[in-house]
Amino acid sequence: MTMVAIGGFFGAVSRFWVSNQLNKQSFPFGTLLVNILGAFFLGLLVGSDPGESEQLLFGTGFLGAFTTFSTWMFEVKNMDVKKAAAYLFVTCLFGFFGAWMALQVV
Amino acid sequence: MIYLLVGLGGMIGAGLRYSLSLATACGWPGSFPLATLIANWAGCFLLPFLTFRLANRFSAAAQKGITTGVIGSFTTFSTFSVETVALWETGQIGAAFFYVFLSLAGGLLFIQLGARKGMVS
Repeated sequence: MTMVAIGGFFGAVSRFWVSNQLNKQSFPFGTLLVNILGAFFLGLLVGSDPGESEQLLFGTGFLGAFTTFSTWMFEVKNMDVKKAAAYLFVTCLFGFFGAWMALQVV
Repeated sequence: MIYLLVGLGGMIGAGLRYSLSLATACGWPGSFPLATLIANWAGCFLLPFLTFRLANRFSAAAQKGITTGVIGSFTTFSTFSVETVALWETGQIGAAFFYVFLSLAGGLLFIQLGARKGMVS
């Protein structure tokens, strides 16, 4: 639990920092970036068969908190339909593909 | 200060998500990622709900700590992605599509519901 909490602290702070830099009125590039990066790195981690404490610190804690599902959905809700569909599609496409690719690499 | 509160919120959110996954593992032996689905759905309700309910009642830093920190970290996209790929890779194509569909459709529904409940005082 300590590992998860420590990872969660830095994951949330990193996501907040990236969002503050990149989320614009017109489009939440920050949220898009953290989710795609996070999915890719979790794929790398899981694929490299980590020990339990590494999995909890970096996976469940850091990358779990670095990425977010609720903010993504909330942003989608506040967009017009066309933009919302594109945002959903792009996040899923790059997120899933990144995770898949990462799992193949290691 | 605001970064500290978001970080503390992240500790709580990640800890709650981990606890939920442990609790779910006791009663759900299947390969379908139920714990993540529950966390993401619950977070989708709570994020707009708390965003509206906490507005003007707490400082901006405390609000961010709870919404961006706790709820943002409670829900997760990375695990959702890796679980979807894992279902796909183990030949459970139907389950992978079903998981994505349930997560997105349910997520958007809970966002609407949370926003509606949050706005009525």
